[in-house]
Formats: sequence, C-alpha cells, structure tokens
Amino acid sequence: MSDQPILKIEEVTKAFGGILALNRVSFELKEGEILGIIGPNGSGKTTIVNCITGFIRATSGRIFFRGKDITGMPPHKIADMGVTRTFQIMRPYFSLPAYKNLVIPLFSPRAKRTGGWRGGGKLGDRNTVGIDILEEIGFERDSYVPYKLASALPTGYLKRLELARCLALKPDIILCDEVFSGLSMSEIASMVPLIERLQMEGISLIMIEHRLRELFRVANRIMVLNFGEKLVEGSAEEVMANEQVKEAYFGSEEVEEVMSYA
Amino acid sequence: MNMENRRKERIDRGIKVRSDGLYALMGWQELCYLTLPRFVLIAGLLALPLIMPGMYWPRVITIVCIYALLALSFDFLAHFVGLVSLGGAFFIGTGGYLAAILNTSFGMHPMLAIPIATFAGAIICTILLLPCLPLRGVYFAIVTLMYPLVLARIIEALDIFGGTDGILGVDSFPNAWLEQYFVIIVLLLFVFGARRLVNQDIGLVFRAVKDNDQAVRASGMNVNTYKAAAVFIASAMGCFGGACLVHIYMWGGISLFALDFSILPIAATVIGGAGTLVGPVLGCLILVPISELLREFGTLRIVFYSLILVGFVVFRSEGIMVYGEQKYHQFERWVKV
Repeated sequence: MSDQPILKIEEVTKAFGGILALNRVSFELKEGEILGIIGPNGSGKTTIVNCITGFIRATSGRIFFRGKDITGMPPHKIADMGVTRTFQIMRPYFSLPAYKNLVIPLFSPRAKRTGGWRGGGKLGDRNTVGIDILEEIGFERDSYVPYKLASALPTGYLKRLELARCLALKPDIILCDEVFSGLSMSEIASMVPLIERLQMEGISLIMIEHRLRELFRVANRIMVLNFGEKLVEGSAEEVMANEQVKEAYFGSEEVEEVMSYA
Repeated sequence: MNMENRRKERIDRGIKVRSDGLYALMGWQELCYLTLPRFVLIAGLLALPLIMPGMYWPRVITIVCIYALLALSFDFLAHFVGLVSLGGAFFIGTGGYLAAILNTSFGMHPMLAIPIATFAGAIICTILLLPCLPLRGVYFAIVTLMYPLVLARIIEALDIFGGTDGILGVDSFPNAWLEQYFVIIVLLLFVFGARRLVNQDIGLVFRAVKDNDQAVRASGMNVNTYKAAAVFIASAMGCFGGACLVHIYMWGGISLFALDFSILPIAATVIGGAGTLVGPVLGCLILVPISELLREFGTLRIVFYSLILVGFVVFRSEGIMVYGEQKYHQFERWVKV
C-alpha cells in the first residue's frame, strides 16, 4: 500500500430534482487500499459509485483517477481506464452459460490490450481465458458449474460472476456494490479471502456494504455517509466510537454488538 | 388413461445429440442429419427459378428474395441487437434511389451500381440513424418509420430526383437469369453470414447489448459503436434489395419508400419464427406468393391476407421455423405423472 491516491473525489454533489443525493462529498482511495463505505439506506452509497463510474453525471465536483480528471466521461471510457464496478442488482447475461458471460468483457479493447486478469498482454481464446478466470474466482473447473446457464446459478456464484466480469478487464480499481449481501454465512466466509487476495494482487477496492462484521475484517478504512453527507472517515474503531455515527446509523443497542467484532 | 395424470414429454432425438459433438464426423447418417436442412434451403432456392413457369412467377421469386432480405435485417436487428426497426422502406428507398442515380446520371453498369449503392446506402442510413441509437424499443421504431415519410415528401416537394414521376430509364439486368440468381445467391450469403456472425464472439456482444447494455458499458465497450455496426449490416441488406429493385423495374420513384417494405417483413418474421434468421426467409416465401395469388380476389385480398396472419399468430405464434426445429430435433411422448 502506498500513500499515492489512485482515486480522488473532490466536493462531488449530485442533485435529483430538489433532493441532494450527495452533498459535497470528498475522499481519496490510496493505491492498493480497501475503503469501506457504509451508511443507512438512501444515504448515497450507490450514487457515489454511479458518479465515479460515469453512469450518472455529478451535478458539481471533480473526480480524478491517477491525477487525470475523469468527471463527465462516459462509462465505457472510465471502465477502459481500469475503473470497474459490480452492480448491486446483479446483471449477468442470463441466457448464456457462466463462462460465455466472460467472453463479452474479454471482447473489450482493454481486455485485448491487457490479455485478461492473468494475461501477459496477449489475449488467448476467450472461452479458455473465461474459464481460467472463473476457476481462479471459485468456480470448480471440472464441475459443471462454469457451463451452467447464468439464470440457473445461485446468488453466491452470481456475485462472483460480477467480480469476474470486472477482473476480465484486468482492473486497477473495483467498486463493489454490496457483494456480501444476500449471501449465506459460508458463502461470505469464502468470499472474504477472495477479496483479500484481490488486494494482495494490487487491486484497490471500494466496498459498499451493509454487512459490517465482514467489512471491518477486510477494509483498511471506513467512511460513513448519511443523507448524502460524509459523517466521518477513519479506522473501524474510530468510526464506531463516533457519537454521530451511532445516532444516525445504528441505534444504541446494535452498536455494542457490532463493536465487539470490530 | 385419465387426461389429468399424464403429460407430454419432449426429448431430443438420439441423432440430434450425436451430431452435436465430434461424432458427426464419423457417420454419414449424422452428417446427412446436419446438412440436410441447409441443403434443402439452398437447393430449393436455387431451383425455384427453373421450376417457375412463365414470365410472371420468376419475377415474384425475385421480389420474395428482396422481402426476405428485409425480414432478415429486421430479425437480426430486433432479436440479436434489440433495435426494433421499421426501416425497411428507408433502406429500400435509399439503396434504390442511389442505384438509380448512379445508373442514369453516371452511366454505371447495374452490376457496378448495385454494390456501390449497397455500401454507400448503408453508410448514409447508419449516419442518419446515428443520433437515435441510444433510443430503445418503440422510440427507435418511430424514428425509422419517420425517415421514409420525410424523404418521400422532400423529394416530392423539392421536385428533385424526378419528383413524383421518379427516375425513368434505369438499365435492367443484362439478362433474366443473372437477375434471379444474383439476388438468390446474395440472399443465401446474407442468411448464412448472419447465422455465423451471431454465433461468433461479436455476436455474443450484440446479444449482450440487447439483454444488458449497462453491463456492456461497465465492461468498457461503447454500446453505440456496436449498435451502429449492426445497423450498418442490416441497412446494407435493405439497400441491396432496393438497388436490385430499381434495376428490375427499370424505374425508381417515391413508391420505393412505401410502408409495405416496413410492415410485410415483420409479418413474415412472425410467421417464420422470430430470432431464427432463417424463419423470416421462409415467412416471405409463404407470404409474398400468397399475396400475389390473392390478387384475383380484388379488394377481398386484404381480408384473406389478414385471416391467414391472425391464424398464424393465434395457432402457431412461435413461427414455422421454431415448430419445424422442434419436430426435427425432438420427439414427443405421453408419460404418466
């Protein structure tokens, strides 16, 4: 982990009509870091992902990736630079088998340049590369799972497929929109090491989560949003100790419980 | 057996399963099973001009092929890229006028004017549709429907390109055989080319653009580039049809922008089987000749025509091709529940 910010968000505001979904939010993501973003429903977590990846345009403010201004760029250009995202509501290509889902991101210009997650610059057969990526991310190669239709996969695999779609681009940053939600305890238990491995490989992550226990295990830093405003930023202990956070987010009793895990 | 405790089961034929894999290379039966349907289509289309009597029916076959190209382009755009296009008339008109101008004003031979009109027409159509590519569903359809109306009125009002009289004195094909076989062979090339294209990796991207364009964007690909490429391919089919049409009729006019060219291909796609690419061609082979046969009934023609369409939609809404594929690949049996 270095101190260089790979992503810098400056005073980003997003208004939907009269409602301020984001109000002058600023933060930085350091190279190789995992930043957790938490906050109650409707606090602007997904909106910030949408703004960074260009799916919606910020009303004001600037977003820099490696010092380059990417504010207002179309989503495909931002993804092409290596800033990828997963979707909270999973969006696989349901009518295709899992490995064919990866043929599509592997067709992109960035994948052609980089050769996919493990590629050394030259992209091989897209089907094979797709299966390789799936295997690394927890689809058993010799089982039938990679060949199953995406519509027949359980949630745990679909979440992995979302991550695999990002990895096919050999990304620098992955913005994970609730990858733990809807998973069973055992599925999460296998997802946590995967996230840690992505970090070890030098990918910086922003994780939006409601599952605090697991998030506090992997995240280096936590930021709390409330009604579109940044409440506080710091380590898990600092955030939990903050009175404002307790009030806005948890209610008094739950804090005690969560604190015991943090 | 009581009706309530049995159901119909549909199972793949053994030969279908065998010919899916490498086994097809081992036996002549499997090879025949695979190639027969394709052979029937190719041989059938090639034989049509030979078995059609007189002067009139061979001409109908050529018209069938031109409609089939339009239906193919509709099916490709609607079911593989997700753009519902009513642009048949737009493509035919653009290709037709271009070929007529190239032939009469620049003295180009038909066999040179047609490819140039196809290519240039496809470029023009794609550029004109470029601003509407982000639109989806019915909105894109409305714009493609508007263009032929607008272009026809512009030609009429400004009295350009022959105005309401149209462009007269367009050369015909050098001979009747060339006219028929040229169109048939190009149709076959487009059908098998399109089938191959949608099964390539880029075909998967086209389908992804249809099902899930947000995920395609998030994968670093410009959705509109792929839509434009698909519109180019589809409009090339239509423009080719239009270019051939003016050389067949030796005349190009405002009726090239007639809405028949937009509507009939959709009806043919419904009848033939949407999303199969071959189905729309079969649909045209049925619909266009029926429409010619019904001419004897005068104004009642439309009534019969509509009845046939309604019948198909109600009783065989999946289309001939899907029904035929089921019967060819699978057998049915009753099983006890």
